[in-house]
Amino acid sequence: MKSKIFTLLRICAVFLTLTAFSIPAFSQDEHAEHAEGAAKKFEPSEIILEHIADSHSLHIIGHAQLPLPVIIYTHKGLEMFSSAKFAYEAGEHEAEAAGIYKGNYNYKLISDKVKIVNEAGEVDEAASSKLYDFSITRNVVSMWMSIVVLLIVFLSVSSAYKKRQGKAPKGLQSFMEPIILFVRDDIARPNIGYKYQRFMPLLLTVFFFIWINNMIGLVPFFPGGSNLTGNIAVTLVLSVITLLVVNLNGNKHYWQHVFVPGDVPVWIWPLWWVIELVGIISKPFALMIRLFANITAGHIIVLSLISLIFVFKSFAIAPVSVAFVVFMDVLELLVAALQAFIFTLLTALFIGTAVEEHHH
Amino acid sequence: MNPLVTPEIGLVFWTTVSFAVLFFLLAKFAWKPIMGALDDRERFIEDALSKAEAAKEEMSRLTNENEALLKQARIERDTILQEAKKVKDQIIADAKDAAHKEGARQIELARIDIHNQKTIAMADVKNQVAALSIEIAEKVLRKQFEDQGKQDALVAELLKEVKL
Repeated sequence: MKSKIFTLLRICAVFLTLTAFSIPAFSQDEHAEHAEGAAKKFEPSEIILEHIADSHSLHIIGHAQLPLPVIIYTHKGLEMFSSAKFAYEAGEHEAEAAGIYKGNYNYKLISDKVKIVNEAGEVDEAASSKLYDFSITRNVVSMWMSIVVLLIVFLSVSSAYKKRQGKAPKGLQSFMEPIILFVRDDIARPNIGYKYQRFMPLLLTVFFFIWINNMIGLVPFFPGGSNLTGNIAVTLVLSVITLLVVNLNGNKHYWQHVFVPGDVPVWIWPLWWVIELVGIISKPFALMIRLFANITAGHIIVLSLISLIFVFKSFAIAPVSVAFVVFMDVLELLVAALQAFIFTLLTALFIGTAVEEHHH
Repeated sequence: MNPLVTPEIGLVFWTTVSFAVLFFLLAKFAWKPIMGALDDRERFIEDALSKAEAAKEEMSRLTNENEALLKQARIERDTILQEAKKVKDQIIADAKDAAHKEGARQIELARIDIHNQKTIAMADVKNQVAALSIEIAEKVLRKQFEDQGKQDALVAELLKEVKL
């Protein structure tokens, strides 16, 4: 286990070293910002939205950014290039062509989204709407990092169970066991009933995936700070998984309740179906919004508090800001676990209603 | 629409793929063995607890049995002791009785013996006395009848007494 962690650290170190070398080549913002100078007004909402949105580069420290692969699909085919290309062009061409990458189309990053532009740098909305961006963005990298962490942690825990069969848990294993048991005994069992075992892998994966990504999002510096679980796309996928699992496992009673409500007069049935259908959709929809809103809100509050320092242009406000940020971060740490818990709990609850045996 | 609430197709795609891979790997290599191990351990603990309970019951049963046995043994011991005491008393009584009888018999024998011895001795003494008396009488008579005249006088006297 120790050697595994050491290897991981070494990989990180190599990665960081490589990053450091690539930094000088990619600092397109510097010239622009220096040119505009201090006269540029500080726009907190802009900064905040930029921080909580996805990005095509990894922000490391200061102006140092790590370019990420851009993968684009248009009807002309799949294209793959480094996001650094958007910057390289800046030096070689005139000002209006700055940041344009010439592939199958002319691509440009407009507020960190790939758009198709004409030679003059104006966005072609019609063509851009047919552009599908499968880039490895900051959020994807962050997610992969969390997956690597999850795999290292739980494969080592799993091997500990194999190695120490029948013995008391130890180390990381003893830290994780109560959490796993919590998911089993307080989330799965009471809500799903005796069929809980089939859904344990999903519930555990969802729980730990959300939790670790919530926490990675709270780390204010590289490689943390991404707003993965506060991104609607991620919560959408998670809630669609819940939707599918719940409805694919729905038993006879569940569907009977939806389509053939026995006690209800027949003429109300069509209305009943509509309501039930809305219910089926709205439950995971609420899951999606809840996670997204909670995590995004936390990020916005922390970033707003930090922005106060720049809005007031005063160091005097810094201690106040920092104090509030520390408070918020602690609160967010709770929210991170709480939202993972709620998402998993509600998923278990919905599964429970779908697989419940009725006795009336 | 606000970009915040517009899901990006790229992130949807990568999240789906990544989550599927993560789920598959964790389910197969982490959750299955971990849940299995936890269930096994729980079953083992439950088993051990029920076994302990059974052992406790067995133990109390054995203790009860032992106590009963002990009680019985004690009663038996008491009866044996009592019997032994009885036997002892009997033996002592018998012995005493026998000794008594034997003593009486011995005394009786001794008495008879003594009596016999006494009789014998008395007879002996009588004989001795008779012999001595006869001897003395002989001697006296001899002394008295040394003188012829006296003998004649006596005979004369005796003859006088005889009345024919």
